[in-house]
Amino acid sequence: MAETRIPTVVVDDVHIVYRVHGAAKDNSPLGALRRIASRGPSATVREVHAVKGVSFVAHEGEAVGLIGTNGSGKSTLLRAIAGLLPATKGAVYTKGQPSLLGVNAAMMADLSGERNVVLGCLAMGMPKGEVRTKTQEIIDFSGINERGDFSSLPMRTYSSGMGARLRFSIAAAKKHEVLLIDEALATGDAKFRKRSEDRVRELRAGAGTVFLVSHSLSSVRDTCERTIWLESGVIRMDGPTDEVLAAYEEFSTAK
Amino acid sequence: MAEAVVTEPYPTVAPAQLAARYGLRAAGERPGIREYIRSLWAYRHFIVAFANARNVATLTTARLGQLWHVLTPLTNAAVYYLIFGVILGTSDRIENFVAYLCCGIFIFGYTSAVASAGTVSITANLNMIRALQFPRASLPLSVTITQLQQLLASMAVLIAIVLVTGEPPRLAWLTLIPLLLLQTVFSGGLAMLLGRLGSKIVDLKQIMPFVLRTWLYGSGVFYSLTTATDNMPTWASTLLHLNPMLVFIELAREALITTTPPSHFSVESMWLVALGWAIVMGALGFFYFWRGEKEYGRG
Repeated sequence: MAETRIPTVVVDDVHIVYRVHGAAKDNSPLGALRRIASRGPSATVREVHAVKGVSFVAHEGEAVGLIGTNGSGKSTLLRAIAGLLPATKGAVYTKGQPSLLGVNAAMMADLSGERNVVLGCLAMGMPKGEVRTKTQEIIDFSGINERGDFSSLPMRTYSSGMGARLRFSIAAAKKHEVLLIDEALATGDAKFRKRSEDRVRELRAGAGTVFLVSHSLSSVRDTCERTIWLESGVIRMDGPTDEVLAAYEEFSTAK
Repeated sequence: MAEAVVTEPYPTVAPAQLAARYGLRAAGERPGIREYIRSLWAYRHFIVAFANARNVATLTTARLGQLWHVLTPLTNAAVYYLIFGVILGTSDRIENFVAYLCCGIFIFGYTSAVASAGTVSITANLNMIRALQFPRASLPLSVTITQLQQLLASMAVLIAIVLVTGEPPRLAWLTLIPLLLLQTVFSGGLAMLLGRLGSKIVDLKQIMPFVLRTWLYGSGVFYSLTTATDNMPTWASTLLHLNPMLVFIELAREALITTTPPSHFSVESMWLVALGWAIVMGALGFFYFWRGEKEYGRG
């Protein structure tokens, strides 16, 4: 076995139970009073066991696809790898600080795209000088200026696709040791998708590890050589993308 | 797990040992306090940029735009003057009531705005917290800086008011600089304290307006607290006068107005109290916020 393969993410028997606030069935003021008076375990908080004992190791230069039906725990697992959700049991070890790139990454809707780029880069910890040189590059990559000067308009005027493209471009501008992508590639148009897939390949070549959560099997096939199939919080299969996707497609059509 | 195809290349090594061998760190570990301060310093440009961005963003849809930064404190002062100066006549015993009142409103308004924005600084930016890793204290701190920028606009208005009402320009005005510095440290600490509390106790946001209003009335913004507490036992009066906002306000009045009514404490002891509050609140807020660093954005 290649001793040169350096692990970047080690996931060791991870269980994640997260608590959902505001899940009360009775949302009336009276219901709230009754809950306080009865002093029972807070009924507004419910627990969801989303990931049940997942273990795997990912290495430098690897792109790993995460697939599974809705609610199978893919996004939860990504958040745990990013250190944003605590593992209830088990542990996640990572090299450096993984960055989670989701389509919901917040930006300031009242500010121009350009200011959001600067802000986003600074938030990722990029030095000020680098931000200045990269800003134009990021805007060009996102292609939001293809139809006029959109980068100086507030983000609230953007279409959802444009916003997602800008967000992806910002996150992809920095060299991440571990980059976690949640459904981001599915949002752009075909041309942008091609560009972003190239970018993911570049990031991997820079000795990074990329995780991609997607329902678009074709983008998993194009970018990842290894795929993990999660079902109900458990790894159902982990192996070369072709094999896993074949089994997954069979499973989906059989249902 | 029975169906899993194992591609694990190190079947004999335990995951924790494997992680240790390659220097991987457990995700979601809290950094040490020194490391945290260092990373906050590295994020200083972000903190300032975020503060600027928020300042600009709040007024982009207003037609008068950034002019409101000056118009808001002016209008505020006018409203309070109308009620307390003209209608209620609180001004009888205080010379130059306009300047007296504006000092109180602007100085109190700064910390009060930081406190309410600080309470929601974590909960309002959850999306950002869940998407990006940065020292979370950047958020309450940038809230403080946003308000500091607005205070500077208010201070320009205040200086103009003071000059118009006939106060001579004095060297004592310069004491405003260390004063605002102390108040900023105090407010920053308060923002961090409330930021974490607000993320744990979601209902705090509903309670804060009442707390702040009580604080406002207890801080001698519209009247002289020293006159009002004349008939109280000394200990009660002293306790009321230890209120950090009152101390900040009184010191600002000392600096700007020549005819300030005498305060309960001497000016020197008020500076000591202000310094004490700044150190205690700054350190406490920072320490408390840091303790919760990995909790933010979860659940």
